[in-house]
Amino acid sequence: MTKLDDLLAYEVVEGLTEGQFTAEDYVTTIIKRIERVEPKVHSFITLDTDGALSSARIIDKKIKEREDVGQLAGVTIGIKDNISTQGIRTTCASKILENYVPTFDATVIRSLKVNGAILLGKLNLDEFGMGSTTEYSRYQPTRNPWNLDCVPGGSSGGSGAAVAAGECTIALGSDTGGSIRCPSSFCSVIGLKPTYGRVSRYGLISYANSLEQIGPICRSVRDLVMMLNIISGKDALDNTSMSSTPISIPSRINKLNVGIIRELITDCDQEVAKLIYSASEKVKEIGCSCEEVSIKNLHYALPSYYTLASAEASSNLARYDNIRYGFDYPIGEYKWDTYFSNVRENFGEEVKRRILIGSYVLSSGYYGKYYLKARRLRSLLKLELLELFKKYDLLIGPTMPILPFKFGEKIDDPIKMYLVDINTVIANLAGIPAISLPVGFSNGLPVGMQIMAAPFEEQKLIDASYELEKVINIPRRPNSI
Amino acid sequence: MSQVMIGLEIHAQITALNSKLFCSCRGNYRDLRPNSNICEICCGLPGSLPIINQKAIEYSTMTSLALGCKVPDKIMFYRKNYFYPDLPKNFQITQYNVYGISSMGIDGKYELDGIKQIKISRIQLEEDPGRIAYSEDGMNVRNTALIDYNRAGVALIEIVTEPDFTGPKEVRQFLNKLSLTLEHLGVCDTLLEGSVRCDVNVSMNGGNKVEIKNINSFKEVEKAINYEITRQSSVYGRNLKIEHETRHWDDKKKITFKARSKEEEHDYRYFPEPDIPVIVLGNDFVANLKQRMPELPNERFERFKSKYELSDHTSNILINDKKLADFFESTLKLHFSPVEIANILVTEFKSLIDDDAESRDYLKNLKVKPEHIAELVKLIEGNKISRTTAKDILVKIFESGKLPTEVVNSSNSYKIADEKTLMDAVQSVFDSEKSAVEDAKNNREAINFLLGKVMKFTNGRADAKIAMRLINSKLAEH
Repeated sequence: MTKLDDLLAYEVVEGLTEGQFTAEDYVTTIIKRIERVEPKVHSFITLDTDGALSSARIIDKKIKEREDVGQLAGVTIGIKDNISTQGIRTTCASKILENYVPTFDATVIRSLKVNGAILLGKLNLDEFGMGSTTEYSRYQPTRNPWNLDCVPGGSSGGSGAAVAAGECTIALGSDTGGSIRCPSSFCSVIGLKPTYGRVSRYGLISYANSLEQIGPICRSVRDLVMMLNIISGKDALDNTSMSSTPISIPSRINKLNVGIIRELITDCDQEVAKLIYSASEKVKEIGCSCEEVSIKNLHYALPSYYTLASAEASSNLARYDNIRYGFDYPIGEYKWDTYFSNVRENFGEEVKRRILIGSYVLSSGYYGKYYLKARRLRSLLKLELLELFKKYDLLIGPTMPILPFKFGEKIDDPIKMYLVDINTVIANLAGIPAISLPVGFSNGLPVGMQIMAAPFEEQKLIDASYELEKVINIPRRPNSI
Repeated sequence: MSQVMIGLEIHAQITALNSKLFCSCRGNYRDLRPNSNICEICCGLPGSLPIINQKAIEYSTMTSLALGCKVPDKIMFYRKNYFYPDLPKNFQITQYNVYGISSMGIDGKYELDGIKQIKISRIQLEEDPGRIAYSEDGMNVRNTALIDYNRAGVALIEIVTEPDFTGPKEVRQFLNKLSLTLEHLGVCDTLLEGSVRCDVNVSMNGGNKVEIKNINSFKEVEKAINYEITRQSSVYGRNLKIEHETRHWDDKKKITFKARSKEEEHDYRYFPEPDIPVIVLGNDFVANLKQRMPELPNERFERFKSKYELSDHTSNILINDKKLADFFESTLKLHFSPVEIANILVTEFKSLIDDDAESRDYLKNLKVKPEHIAELVKLIEGNKISRTTAKDILVKIFESGKLPTEVVNSSNSYKIADEKTLMDAVQSVFDSEKSAVEDAKNNREAINFLLGKVMKFTNGRADAKIAMRLINSKLAEH
């Protein structure tokens, strides 16, 4: 039998309801694993083991009394630390919020609790989600469980690493420009950025509202489907959320037309390209057609993304003035302008950079030149993609253009760092769903394939991923830890 | 003669709303313990999102229609970014018309007095900030700041006019009419403290525009403008130039003073609010709203004239005081005698109310109800009391809240129609006013004098017609 801490989410639910083990057994095993692994990986910012154990006991009691325990009963979940959890500190990996304890749960957290999920704690990220490595966390960076010298990706690096290292069954991340898919690719786990509007953003601490979504990071497609269905749906608290049809596990796959994006594969690392090409063969194996396509406006994606994301961020982050909540800081006298700038000194370097860029592109005289232009390019790209989706069911390519890299390698050069997001930002700009699926290793470093579909066509993503998962065999657990 | 151009920017709270613009906290924040009317949304806690209040969209659209504005098919919201501690998110959710039309209404025309029209540039919907209170020590140094967010997020309608006013009188006319319109629409109770605010810009002789901010009631607007015109005239008088600047109104000292220069240099970095998708209003929405819209003051004026046959003058007095007009129509439901009722209301009744600040709130504090007035008019029309008596009765019921019949009974004020009693009164007047009686033989005026004396003799209770007849026949005897 599989070891308890290697179980997938649906196996946990089965085992519990069939009485093979108790929720307390399972959670205790996971906590032991965290104690063993965490000193190497650093996935968590805040652990709530007491809370997790007491939730487990409640579930056990309910099972004993034959009460309904929910679809995620006993499944341990790690939450990216930019998703609000009532009563549990939510820091965004920022000094600015180091003492902030939300008074309310994000809508997704409420859904998880209703379904019997057990919250283990809050996972590391780049400050406010701005970064691709977790090196911009105010806490120590998370390490890649497959190679501790390498970054786990970001910004949901804690989420990717924790799932890969078995510190939780499933994790929630958020994805503004690739923040779920990048660490999923680097840590060899499955991560989905849903269609914009499928999942409520209420309680997700905004970085760039028009781009981001909360999504699951898992070790199996089946877990992903279960999780996605639970967190999806129209939420009265989020004007941008929409209702959607639940996703099902496919019994058989219809022939899908797949396009492989030429620009993304020619511009990436050779090692990565090789694995993606061989994965595209598997795509044909499962009965899909696959041919090369080109996205004309692709080169606009990155500048458009960084302009818009920074603009929204500069406004979203203005509220962190330490007046109503925040960190310990002497107030001094009431010269408000000085006070604001002194407080805001305490953002990290990357956050400050994006606030500056964002303020600049929105300022009078530059709005038309940068912000407005970026919005037009975004529309252009979206239109082109929607046109492509008339012909193709899915578009594929590498999730990341490079293999996981070493700490410190790109942190001194923001442009180099931004460039690694080139493949992922497309889906955020267009609001379309995109998944990262592990497809293999190069020198022990994971590679993920990105699959994109038209808005609200997650079912097609799942159909293909479910079949591919069966034919692409990859190790589930890193040996290094 | 110097030429003055004045434009207004008015903020009116939608006091009719139960909740704030983007959350379910109470719209009426008044008289609440500080920071007890707040939630994660209006406090801008991380992760909270605004939920638009549909009623606010309706009220602001009605206002746009009433002010003759075009209502666009689609509206959207923008963020206005600036730092201030009363602004929980450090941006205000508002509307903006530079990059296409986003606001509730544009290009309106509002008639002032039948001739002059004021152009309305735009009407937009936005959120109110909280309030800061500073404690000041003897040295006038701010040492404590207290922030109350109870008001933060309350729905405001911003109305911006073109600089079409040529003097303070037109501004007053406009603001009076606007208040009345807002009141008729049920949008804003302008008498509530802080419910309306006004910024004014004034320029003279084509010179630079000076903006005056912080005028916290419509009453103060005229004073601020007068002050500013005098100030600018004296600057011109000394051959100096008027600078383009922002000034504040000090309602204690009744002067405008120059704002710190920094406050003028704002770059608000407007951009579309990503958390509120574009709202499609559509033709059906507007058509439907037009049908449900309450009657506007000028429509009511015309109705009063045609349906109730009231004079322009009487109709005007009623329309200019919505509560009085409502009172009038409630009374009509009990007893349909429009002219008689209106006359009592716009004269004696109104002056009693104007003398008594407490009773300004007709519905709450007034002891006299439509029932009283209806009964009073029935007594007059039934020839039970004289008009003169009616005035005294009104004063009494105003103070006591007793019904007119009760007062009339207890004070024995019924009209005297008994000829014998009246004849006695006429006789004693004839005895005491001999010279007037002589005059009266040739002079109608003097007859009225005699009648007045008879009325006085009977404490106003004499039936005037009978008394007159008796006086005439008595004169014929002489």
